Amino acid sequence: MAEKKIKIIVAKPGLDGHDRGAKLLSRIFAEAGMEVVYTGLRQTPEMIVEAALQEDADVVGLSSLSGVHNYFFPKVVELLKAKKLGNVLVVGGGIIPLEDIPTLKKLGIAEIFGPGTSTDTIVGFIKANVKSK
Amino acid sequence: MFSEKDLEKIKAGKKKWSEVTLAKTLSKAPEKKVKTTWSGIPVETLYTPAEIAGLDYESKLGYPGEYPYTRGVQPNMFRGRFWTMRQYAGFGSAKETNARYRYLLGQGQTGLSVAFHLPTQAGYDSDHPLSMGEVGKVGAAIDHIGDMRILFDQIPLDKVTTSMTVNAAATVLLAMYLSVASEQGASWDKVGGTIQNDVLKEIICRGQYIYPPKPTMRLTVDLIEFCQKNVPTWNTISISGYHIRESGSTAAQEIAFTIADGIAYAEACAARGIPVDSFAPRLSFFFNAFTDVLEEVAKFRAARRVWAKIMKDRFKAKDPRSMMLRYHVQTGGVTLTAQQPLNNIVRVALQTLATVLGGNQSLHTNSYDEALCLPTQGAVTVALRTQQIVAEESGACVTVDPLAGSYYVEYLTDKIEAEVEDYIKKIDAMGGTLTAIEQGYIQKEIQNSAYLFQKSIDSGERAYVGVNKYIMEEPPVTDLLRVDMKVGEEKAAELKQWRAKRDKAAWQKALDKLREVSKTDANVMPTVIEAVKAGATVGEVCDVWREIFGQYRPKEFIS
Repeated sequence: MAEKKIKIIVAKPGLDGHDRGAKLLSRIFAEAGMEVVYTGLRQTPEMIVEAALQEDADVVGLSSLSGVHNYFFPKVVELLKAKKLGNVLVVGGGIIPLEDIPTLKKLGIAEIFGPGTSTDTIVGFIKANVKSK
Repeated sequence: MFSEKDLEKIKAGKKKWSEVTLAKTLSKAPEKKVKTTWSGIPVETLYTPAEIAGLDYESKLGYPGEYPYTRGVQPNMFRGRFWTMRQYAGFGSAKETNARYRYLLGQGQTGLSVAFHLPTQAGYDSDHPLSMGEVGKVGAAIDHIGDMRILFDQIPLDKVTTSMTVNAAATVLLAMYLSVASEQGASWDKVGGTIQNDVLKEIICRGQYIYPPKPTMRLTVDLIEFCQKNVPTWNTISISGYHIRESGSTAAQEIAFTIADGIAYAEACAARGIPVDSFAPRLSFFFNAFTDVLEEVAKFRAARRVWAKIMKDRFKAKDPRSMMLRYHVQTGGVTLTAQQPLNNIVRVALQTLATVLGGNQSLHTNSYDEALCLPTQGAVTVALRTQQIVAEESGACVTVDPLAGSYYVEYLTDKIEAEVEDYIKKIDAMGGTLTAIEQGYIQKEIQNSAYLFQKSIDSGERAYVGVNKYIMEEPPVTDLLRVDMKVGEEKAAELKQWRAKRDKAAWQKALDKLREVSKTDANVMPTVIEAVKAGATVGEVCDVWREIFGQYRPKEFIS
């Protein structure tokens, strides 16, 4: 039986315009056999969670390079839980100080990928940690 | 530059060398796998006059300060005055940023460069829902003319030149700046600086757009036209390749797409009826500098030559200043690594050298901690000192265009020029820059280069120190610069007071007038100045245009 494709929402929360990583990973995820929805820029946490709901996503990937991760990332997790989407794997990346990572993980972000992470590592982590519905 | 006879001799000599001397070495030890520039241009083992046989000195290189400006736009370059050392800075409140500016000026920095936080750049006030979490984060929170007063407190605007990174909302911020200059008693013909005002690259790659291409271009040209008449030494636009390169383009694509944008602006100004020699001398550019020194030097030289030709042949410019490509450089933010961050000091030093050998007008050097956070004061000081060391100690400034005549650099210059001209032709054939952007052509070309680069790093084919080679365990860096979430709450409270305090009738009248003028073809700048003086905020002015022009929603092109 063919394996069900992993569905991932790649999202840019806030006003940050740095989307090189988000677009690059969208292509890499698609090549790795995932179904990818890229939201584009200027997403509120509500918009991202709505996309996850509509698309029946397995994973939400958040990208932020403007220093707003401590606000946006936990907010997305919180809203997902409120919509009973607590099973969705949430990962993040961007310019995120290492010392912020323990708190983000405690708040439900499964992993944070900083600059220089190989794309294989990211794809590998998602495949290993995505929860079956 | 060489006689036919000499070239024949050199070609024969190189062939013999390749077959005998080189072949012997290659038979013993193979060469490394990557034999390209950082951008992927194939590079040979050796360059000789044979590879640049078609190079005519007088027409392609010429003399600095003369067409086609390959060797520089000033006759003696840094033997007279160094470039302007201009560090992009801004964070938190206007007051905190003002303190950083005064510190930098005290350390020998020679120009200011304002980083506005994202809400200002996107045309929202600090208390707008979309500003949540962003206030003061990547730049200063400037909502109204009162903030602008604090930002430049005790900084004489007729003495210091200022660069402002704002694009879709450029007219509003320039209106505030000019108004503060007037309050200080500075006359506008003495006020110098640059406003980025390059909305096309926001749509291509930087993301701080507000309005659809046509109306946003109208605002761009309104600003250019207004300054041409009222602020004669202001650089009315900074046509930016920096962000194109940051998004993943090659060196040649950086120049090609920037010049394509430049052509679109020049056409828009011409369509407005402004004579080319009235607007072109105030067009300025902004490029990136990566670590492959020789490729970067060639890139800058090629860019000057291409632009000079375009202004002369295509736009029929007569004034030499119209043909001079003057530019600011920022070292490559995306080249910095979060791993072993001190290594970034070396990268920035090489990038600075590349910039200076390429003949820039101003430069921002990045701080070594910028892959981690906004730069701390100590790191900013090292970055500024890097420029000062290259200026004072490296020997790169003592003669003009010192790498001219290098067989390799001249070959690369020609190669990049040819690639740029090829792209311009393609874009022309598509119907111009706006069409190429609309079809996602430029975006997809950039993304594809970013993808190929990432693949070469992931596979280890290309080495990146500290990232895929020479990796080591290291403790996390602490003492990062942080902007408190409190800045947002404080700014929201301050805005509330600002709105309560202003003369409501005068404010309403100014915004109504702006709405009326914006619906006509008249230049909006004088009315924007009236509005900001009456206390209108960035968000309020931009909302007037959102209502009339609509908002831009990009199509996403993933390639």
